[in-house]
Amino acid sequence: MSDVPIMEVRDVYVQFGGFTALSDVSIAFRQGELTSIIGPNGAGKSTFFNVLSGSVKPTAGSVFLKGEDISKRPQHEITRLGIAKSFQITSVFPQLTVLDNVRIAMQGMSRRFDMWTPRAAMKSQIDEAIAILDRVGLAARRDRTAGAMAHGEQRSLEMAMALAAHPKVLLLDEPTAGMSPEETGAMMDLIVRLSSERTVILVEHKMKLVMGVSDRIIVLHHGEVLADGTPDNIRANTEVRRVYLGEEMSGA
Amino acid sequence: MDRQSPASGWFETLARHRVALAVLALAAIIVIAPYEALATNILIYGLFALGCNLLLGYTGLLSFGQAAFFGLGAYGCGLSIVHGGLSVLPAIAIGVLSAIGGAILIGAMVIRSRGIYFSMVTLALGQCVSALLYEADGWTGGENGLRGINAAHVNLGFFNVNLLNPTQKFFFVLFFVALALAIVARLLSSPFGVTLEAIRENEKRVVACGYDAQATKWVVFAISGALCGLAGSLYAVHLSIVPIDIVNYHSSGLVVMMSLLGGMGTFFGPFIGAAIMLLLEDVVSHFTSHWQLIVGLLFIALVLFFPRGVWGTLLSYVRSRA
Repeated sequence: MSDVPIMEVRDVYVQFGGFTALSDVSIAFRQGELTSIIGPNGAGKSTFFNVLSGSVKPTAGSVFLKGEDISKRPQHEITRLGIAKSFQITSVFPQLTVLDNVRIAMQGMSRRFDMWTPRAAMKSQIDEAIAILDRVGLAARRDRTAGAMAHGEQRSLEMAMALAAHPKVLLLDEPTAGMSPEETGAMMDLIVRLSSERTVILVEHKMKLVMGVSDRIIVLHHGEVLADGTPDNIRANTEVRRVYLGEEMSGA
Repeated sequence: MDRQSPASGWFETLARHRVALAVLALAAIIVIAPYEALATNILIYGLFALGCNLLLGYTGLLSFGQAAFFGLGAYGCGLSIVHGGLSVLPAIAIGVLSAIGGAILIGAMVIRSRGIYFSMVTLALGQCVSALLYEADGWTGGENGLRGINAAHVNLGFFNVNLLNPTQKFFFVLFFVALALAIVARLLSSPFGVTLEAIRENEKRVVACGYDAQATKWVVFAISGALCGLAGSLYAVHLSIVPIDIVNYHSSGLVVMMSLLGGMGTFFGPFIGAAIMLLLEDVVSHFTSHWQLIVGLLFIALVLFFPRGVWGTLLSYVRSRA
């Protein structure tokens, strides 16, 4: 069983009208690894992320979770199967408390239509939610209104909500977008810690950020896989340097 | 009175007993209102607005077709008394079931549309129900309304409620309103209740958390239909006739106005909204036949200066000082 990839995309094409966003992408993700998907703007990173999380259905090709084809499943079922994502643009419930945000994410896995249990009496759920908030450093903020927190804190809350589902695969779309350098460092530390327990797939624009932490890096360019290997392989790859690093260096 | 925060202070204590307090406040209406029939009207329209507010205030769905379910309740109850010869209690049950059936059917058609499209489709389908009831005049009385509803008394075994006595009728209606309030309070404090608010806040995220947002909205649409239908059934019992215009879109609009006036997404706001609307109508129409003009101007002023509604504004003021 160990040779069955935890997640796999096979021969995936995604077209929007006449535009081909992904072209013949096949990648198998190994259990327990932290894989980063990088690429310049417009490379198809976000589309690829959305295909994995089920919010975009491939025009052709299939997505597998532990060998099971999930390409046709609705998005909410995919979440329940164990694939959780954090959004690139912060997406929380702004008028609800931080604690409720996490609790809603927890309930999505088990108590969706419970109309009878008073939430105030769900002690074990509250304790677990606080424990999750503690991991991302927000336990003290639990009674704040989510929308009133600073951007970086909302990003951490986003992460806590993804964790609340106890995912087998954690999908992160530019988790450090808009964060200060200190916050970015703390977030990357958290991601490394989380990746020791589960499979993490990280989509990131900034290559430097993922070099030190990834087990494997996949470079997308014009909707195709340009390179796939260890950080050292990628660093040494001349093609990658040409399309990606060159751009970043000239931009810097 | 709506957000659950850790128990501390008198405000939270009051909030925990919100059903009992709401029922006490509603019981007082019979003393405040100029006459009993108006007090009963406030209860019934408040219940109707409560159903509307579950969609509008909590889930963020603006339906302009809730009068259809009020009407299905009223006609379902009235017809089973007039043509079915049933007594009041089973007739109310049939009224509520008719409204639930209608809401499940209409819900299946509208729940995929969003925003303004949702409002327009509910408006159109609501008018279809109105037209259907109007055209079936052999049965429903058409434009004359359904007449001859014999709802004089309810025998509870140990007590015979005389519905011809306005005070007894008020408390009979209050019993059902209290029941509805208790159920809604329980629902709102459950995981399902907070899911509704989450859908209002950010539906995409709700789906990403593993919820089937469409199914959740469909269920709450049916529950809202049940509350509107219960209000309609009680209205048929209250008036002993069912006027056809209660199914019209005017009635849907009126109840949305009541929700806004009282405070969207507040537990007690719908009743405040209903009380203000109906008391104003009663008082102002004594002085001028153009009472709608005065009420309309006041509505505009209130919405401009108190966008959270009368009750919502009061709540947030008290909460900020508690």
